[in-house]
Amino acid sequence: MQDEPTPIELTKSVADFLRNDIAPLIYGHQAFKLRVAINILDLVTRQLTREEGSDAAEVERLRALLGMDGSVTDLNRTLAERIAKGEVDLATPGLAEHLWQTTMDKLAVDQPNYASYKRELSRSG
Amino acid sequence: MIEAELSRSVARWCEGATGVTGAAKLSGGASQETWRFDIVHPDEPIGAILRRSPKGYGAAPTRAAGLGAEAQLMQLAYEAGVPSPRVMHVLTPDDDLGTGFIMQRVEGETIARKILRDDEFAAARPRLARQIGGVLAKLHGLPRDKLPELRSRSATEEISEFERDYRSLDWPKPVFELALRWLRDHDPGPSAETTLVHGDFRNGNLIIGADGLRAVLDWELAHLGDPMEDLGWVCVNSWRFGEIDKPVGGFGSRQELFAGYEAAGRKVDPSRVKFWEVMGTLRWGIMCGGMMQRFREGPDHSMERAMIGRRASETEIDLLRLLAPRGS
Repeated sequence: MQDEPTPIELTKSVADFLRNDIAPLIYGHQAFKLRVAINILDLVTRQLTREEGSDAAEVERLRALLGMDGSVTDLNRTLAERIAKGEVDLATPGLAEHLWQTTMDKLAVDQPNYASYKRELSRSG
Repeated sequence: MIEAELSRSVARWCEGATGVTGAAKLSGGASQETWRFDIVHPDEPIGAILRRSPKGYGAAPTRAAGLGAEAQLMQLAYEAGVPSPRVMHVLTPDDDLGTGFIMQRVEGETIARKILRDDEFAAARPRLARQIGGVLAKLHGLPRDKLPELRSRSATEEISEFERDYRSLDWPKPVFELALRWLRDHDPGPSAETTLVHGDFRNGNLIIGADGLRAVLDWELAHLGDPMEDLGWVCVNSWRFGEIDKPVGGFGSRQELFAGYEAAGRKVDPSRVKFWEVMGTLRWGIMCGGMMQRFREGPDHSMERAMIGRRASETEIDLLRLLAPRGS
């Protein structure tokens, strides 16, 4: 087992340092690039926080849908192939719910401020 | 220094011009650049824009119409009353500037977030969706026999091309597969009429002023095809910048867009527009994947490119909202 603090705590400390101490000192194109860098660190922090749980739930749903076992990558590949072949579609019980949940979990990491995501979040909550 | 070549060039074709000042590169990759500069003239300075492929970069990407065709289209559009910059000069080998053209600079804003939020554009915003409809109708009405040679793509060919692009990424995405199936199942077939299609008519390529739409830019992806493609593309959620209940670029409704289009004497086919909106959403998603691939394989290992790769999931939620909406 690796030692502490955790990667989540470490990336968050770097992002907070850049945001609070460095960003006010930087202007112009470098300030834009700094914002992108901070956004990346924030995204990584969200992913490290949420990935384990959302991947585990995704694998559970994929197992039930596909009737097979595998890694989250392999199962996604198989699902994509079955949709491409027309063996699975929106009439397949559970598919729409699975895609919605998976996509919501992705947006929670990638772009929690995206307007479509916020709209759908308020719908389910 | 580019100003020396530009000064020699303008002296030849712009009467009274004595030189240029303030040349600055606005954007550009290796094969296409955009520069702004001012022509020094006894009456008053003339704002200008150069679009060019530098010397040694002749070949345009496969989908691009080419700078020669772009110049011709902008000129035609300008003459037909489509808000468009006036083309002042098409480069020749004597200019020693590569291939491309010089156009008059149109002042205004292209940054969508400003156009959608700043007070300066408050009066223009409610009118834009309808105005865009009218402009697209004029653009689609440009006479075929005057157009330069352009690629022609049916919806069916376009689906196949995007599918090939997507497969080449080796990036399995169940939502993209679902969208590809939907597009195949809803392929509207050849359109009743084949017209000029701008191909990238959206926020970012439109110069807006307090008075409304002032110029349509970036004719790089112009081609012949289904005119409904442009109406669908301008409605893709990615260009609404948060104003998701105003489908036309975050400005207004489809009804206003369609009304402006039909008032200018052309017919709208809403189901074809929906097809092209789904196609456009997937197209942008696959483009995000292309950015990710180029980020990985270099040479542009930039953070911005990496983050655009992560924006593919935005198109996934938008595709689900279009194809599998949850109970409202």
